[in-house]
Amino acid sequence: MRTVQLREIAFVRSGDKGNTSNVGVVPYEPQHLDLLKEQLTVDRVREHFGPLVRGDVTRYEFSGISALNFVLTEALGGGVSRSLALDTHGKAYASLMLAFEVEVPDDITLRLDQ
Amino acid sequence: MSEGRVRIGCGSAYAEDRIEPAVDLVEQGELDYLALDCLAERTLVHAQLRRLEDPDKGYDIRLDRLVRELTAPAVERGITFIANMGAANPAAGARRTKELLAELGHPDTKVAAITGDDVLEYVLERDLRLSNGKRPSEMDYGLVSANAYIGIDPIIESLRRGANVIVGGRIADPSLFLAPAAFEFEWPLDDWDLLAGGQVAGHLLECGTHGSGGNFADPPYRMVPDLWNLGLPIADVYPDGTSTIWKLPGTGGAVDVENCKAQLVYEIHDPSTYLTPDLTVDMREVTLEQKSHDHVFVQGARGRARPDTLKVLVGVREGFTGEGEVSFAGPGALSRAQLAADTVTKRLAHDGVVTEELRIDYIGLNSVHGDATPADAPEPWEVRLRLAARCNTEEAAAAVAQEVEFVYFGSAAGGGVRKTVKPVLAMYSALVPREDVSVTVDILEG
Repeated sequence: MRTVQLREIAFVRSGDKGNTSNVGVVPYEPQHLDLLKEQLTVDRVREHFGPLVRGDVTRYEFSGISALNFVLTEALGGGVSRSLALDTHGKAYASLMLAFEVEVPDDITLRLDQ
Repeated sequence: MSEGRVRIGCGSAYAEDRIEPAVDLVEQGELDYLALDCLAERTLVHAQLRRLEDPDKGYDIRLDRLVRELTAPAVERGITFIANMGAANPAAGARRTKELLAELGHPDTKVAAITGDDVLEYVLERDLRLSNGKRPSEMDYGLVSANAYIGIDPIIESLRRGANVIVGGRIADPSLFLAPAAFEFEWPLDDWDLLAGGQVAGHLLECGTHGSGGNFADPPYRMVPDLWNLGLPIADVYPDGTSTIWKLPGTGGAVDVENCKAQLVYEIHDPSTYLTPDLTVDMREVTLEQKSHDHVFVQGARGRARPDTLKVLVGVREGFTGEGEVSFAGPGALSRAQLAADTVTKRLAHDGVVTEELRIDYIGLNSVHGDATPADAPEPWEVRLRLAARCNTEEAAAAVAQEVEFVYFGSAAGGGVRKTVKPVLAMYSALVPREDVSVTVDILEG
């Protein structure tokens, strides 16, 4: 096994509604969904986002497209028009998720190996 | 409309979107419908403020340009035009559209005005509890606006009455795209699976170029061609609720399975229960399949009954933000920025400037990921200090910004001060029973 950033095996998009952010995680290879489900637990994701998230973290699954969706409440400083943050939408929450470290088998095909 | 499909183009994703790619869609897309989402949470409240200043305004600030460059050419080609560009004042927006179309040689166009999403009086009369846990009577600040997200019903009524240009206010984003399919195929408005298919196509279109390669590139991991010339997405929706998402040849961007997956998850919470004014969508089993270059086939959406309540977006003026920035560079940049921040906060305390919330960012280091920035992130060559505060008074907000300017006389070699003071428009939500929101369609004729 070796440790790589999530960026090597998945892409991410984040969005906002009010003070809630969602971070969708999509493995490039659908068969890597199980690996992500094992490691991207609610607790570890909460830890990764640290103080950015004041409310709950919930994980959902899109089985048809083999993707996970994390919903982070009280995570946008009061929402896009009230927040003092530069990135009021949390657009860059996606890129923070890309730095999440995952353990992968040594023989796994990474995105740039393809 | 061609046999067996209705073709709907997305002409806009928000109030300041680029118009050029939508012109391409009108000219080359052989569309049946062009639908424009012109609103976001933030933009609607800004439109409300414009209406408060002038009761004849409050519709999309681009409206004249949209009508000249998109609506009129669409009408000329027999494309039906649907937009929530009426924003905070759909009646005035529809009148202005009608007037301009007449000037442009289309006096017979049937323009529909969809009104009734403004529920401010209702929210105030009932003193409804908002998502911040408070009722308007308990809040320190007054409400600016309250708009219910409305769905496809008034669009379908407009189409039945022969409208070819439809102007509304807070029509929910995906509903703008679902309505034409539901109307053309005469889908029963309680056939939830069919509506779900149309709503998912709408969801893939509603963010405009997000659906065709925007907000996706991450070189070298994800390469998207010709982003400078990004095209808008089009949906061919079929009678069974499936659809093909595609874009015009010769435009930049990409419509592929990866990009459509990213857009499918965008701004969704529980994928089994995506609440819209028209139905509850279950996206869990939606699948995407690359049919050909830049063409993705979508199927598998399921639906359930629509919610009994409509979501209302409530705008509240909540004081002011004052903000100042100053740059440091070279050896010791971060230390000097930190010293400047310390100086400013001490002086604000000394001067008795009251802030409700204060934020300090070191742009280049931690301004985006904040306290979740890795502790071992390398120190950058340049750091831009940013102080931002939310204050109850404009004077306090201005004082915060001004103190950042005084950094010119504080920590060494800080340069390039910028400062701004602006009103805060917070947004909260509430739920109202759908039967309490009475939506009206008026057809403006000749």
